[in-house]
Amino acid sequence: MPKQNLLKIRNVSKSFPGVKALDAVSLEIYSGEVHVIIGENGAGKSTLIKIISGVYQNDDGELRLKGKLVHFTDPQQAIKAGISVIHQELSLVPDLTVADNIFLGRELIKGKFLEKKEMNQKTQEILTSLDLDINPEEKIRNLSTAKKQMVEIARSVSWNSSLVIMDEPTSSLAKHEVDSLFKIIRKLKSENVGIIYISHRLQEIPEIGDKVTVLRDGVLIKTLPVIETNEAKLVSLMVGRQINNYYHRENKKTGKIVLKVESITRKSHFKDISFNLRKGEILGIAGLIGAGRTELLRSIFGADKIENGSIFLNGKLTNFSHPVQAIHHKIGLVPEERRSQGLMLNKSMRENVSLPSLNIHAKKGFVDKLWEIKASEDYKKKLQVKTPSIETTLKSLSGGNQQKVIIARWLAADSKILLLDEPTRGIDVNAKAEIYHLMNDFTKSGGSILMVSSELPEILGIADRIIVMREGIITGILDHREASEEKIMTLATLDK
Amino acid sequence: MKLGKNKLGDYGLLLTFIVICIFVSIMTPKFLLPQNIRNIMTQISINALLATGMSFVILTGGIDIGVGSVAALAGVLIPGFCKYFSELSPLSYVLIGLLGSIIIGVICGGFNAIAITKFNVHPFIATLGMLSIARGLAYVYTGGKPVFGLPDSFGWLGQGYIGPIPVLVIVMILILAIAHVILDKTVPGRYIYAVGSNEEVAKLNGIKVHRIKFMVYIISGILSALAGVCLSSKLVSGQPMIGSGYELNAIAAAVMGGISMSGGKGKIINTIMGLLTIGVINNGMSLIGVSSYWQTVVMGFIIVGAVSIDQYKKAQ
Repeated sequence: MPKQNLLKIRNVSKSFPGVKALDAVSLEIYSGEVHVIIGENGAGKSTLIKIISGVYQNDDGELRLKGKLVHFTDPQQAIKAGISVIHQELSLVPDLTVADNIFLGRELIKGKFLEKKEMNQKTQEILTSLDLDINPEEKIRNLSTAKKQMVEIARSVSWNSSLVIMDEPTSSLAKHEVDSLFKIIRKLKSENVGIIYISHRLQEIPEIGDKVTVLRDGVLIKTLPVIETNEAKLVSLMVGRQINNYYHRENKKTGKIVLKVESITRKSHFKDISFNLRKGEILGIAGLIGAGRTELLRSIFGADKIENGSIFLNGKLTNFSHPVQAIHHKIGLVPEERRSQGLMLNKSMRENVSLPSLNIHAKKGFVDKLWEIKASEDYKKKLQVKTPSIETTLKSLSGGNQQKVIIARWLAADSKILLLDEPTRGIDVNAKAEIYHLMNDFTKSGGSILMVSSELPEILGIADRIIVMREGIITGILDHREASEEKIMTLATLDK
Repeated sequence: MKLGKNKLGDYGLLLTFIVICIFVSIMTPKFLLPQNIRNIMTQISINALLATGMSFVILTGGIDIGVGSVAALAGVLIPGFCKYFSELSPLSYVLIGLLGSIIIGVICGGFNAIAITKFNVHPFIATLGMLSIARGLAYVYTGGKPVFGLPDSFGWLGQGYIGPIPVLVIVMILILAIAHVILDKTVPGRYIYAVGSNEEVAKLNGIKVHRIKFMVYIISGILSALAGVCLSSKLVSGQPMIGSGYELNAIAAAVMGGISMSGGKGKIINTIMGLLTIGVINNGMSLIGVSSYWQTVVMGFIIVGAVSIDQYKKAQ
């Protein structure tokens, strides 16, 4: 089918007080094509999406949908015109069923009664057409993140959307779930749906993208067919300069064993886990979502209880029953969800950084505010945290800077072991590089890192050794020199 | 548009307070007499104790709607206990009152905390239970009748003066000052804010969340009991039916002043502004001659208004 010009964006600009978010951006989206948009945080991607979907109105320029001039003043108009968005934060009602959600707002009724059977049937038809194995009567809260995303896509299909915008759709998906998602995207393509795809995961682009557009500081830098690009080129377009040796693997010697985990078990999460962590080492933990990696870190930290087995810290038996003990022993945890588990968003950098160290520096129960301020200012400078001041609330910081605040907290607490759970998830290229740099500095000065990551290139690039977990057990431990994506994926997925 | 914050809390509330004062003093010049100012101070001092305890609890994201009943319980148990002695000095009664408040507060507050932390009962429900239990026990203990026959010296705490200042006002100022220092400058104070901000984050930073919750519910219990003791001293009798509805005023003072109901945000100075504003509104209404029934209606509107403004600010 010939590709139609679906959406023409011409010279669109948008400003907010103090910042020009989009500056005369022009691009064309074609039906039956996946158009990837990439750029650092703040580059203007989400502003562009919000204008296309009717959340914002552009200050300048015009949008033409199928040749016709459009000007959406609210998202409902965009949906009616055939544009739908699948956000990072999914917009489904957890306690309603799949069918309920798909028909939300336009329920099929007979008089005053809901036609439940009809709606379930129609929902089943849509799900089947997309090859999805989901029960229309299942409650949303019982579905995995991946399946929830599929339901959102099914909803867009039921709206007969001709343009579907996906914002970071794979950030919480495991590899096989990503494959399922890509299968659906290809199906949509074959039905002439146009797709705008926003992602930080550059390695996915050659797999699914047809065209790629790079935004930087509100300006469209370039639009290219995907076959004419490669990862390095894209990174340098995003950042404006060459980035060599992205992960900065450095040659270093690892020392004695600082953490020894012996046969630890936590029912229905992980079983018989044993490994050692050495001083100066970065030990990566790879595996699919649900393999038990986050639970493992939390148990080592004392946030959850282990039922069997022993954990030794520098030779001493230490099965922690509460994080306060782990912190006392100079261990820090950077949790998986920084917004809901890592930070007090309504508080400042100073209050967040000092929290676990308050009691150590307290004078007779009184907070040592001078220490607090000095430590926060020090780390703000050292880690280059972009925030107007240490007193600004963290809600307004970008993901990368928020993550740096959490890391600053543990450095200020003098941690010797860092447990990192997906430390660079949802963070732009520049901030990622800075975090890798921090990790290397930390281990060079004698610290040790245990890092869970779902990004294989990241783990292969920075870890010294890699543990692979599958369904709660360790299936292999690889040295980085012998590891590869295939080897890790095999250990993470295949049955022995 | 964000309302600016200065040391006295929101400019918005300060402005409202000033406007109300001006309005009332125009309607009745009696308002600005030193005698009336002293009345206002005394009237808000009981609520100040309840509101301070309430502030601690709300800051952790909880609520304590049993404060009025705990006050009533202490307000009959302590006088009842004091009747076993022949007349004592005023200070002895104050000491007994303090110790008794601590004991009753620990028991009632502890009970609330156990239900909330160990059994995961929602604070509203747990303290609703205490509202019933404490009130019931007050009636059981007194057989429904007031406790009379206390010597005049028992009334020093509630009616006496140190120089020109009523003892009650001094108690209020002391409690507010201690509360301010705890919340603003100590480590436990920070922990309270952390728990209110995000319990999971607090735990992952080494804070024993249950311990903090025990602390705030016990503080609320002790201050409620102390309020009951002060009331009974003011009336020189123990009234089992007193304090009904006091929890609303306490919540109103805290929230109107700027303590956020979702926890983790607000300072004692906010509560003080809330107390003053409500005190002035109540006093103004009385001076103008508004019936106390209508005053209750107005107070209800004020609470809803205060929480609405709180929600609106949150959305900014």
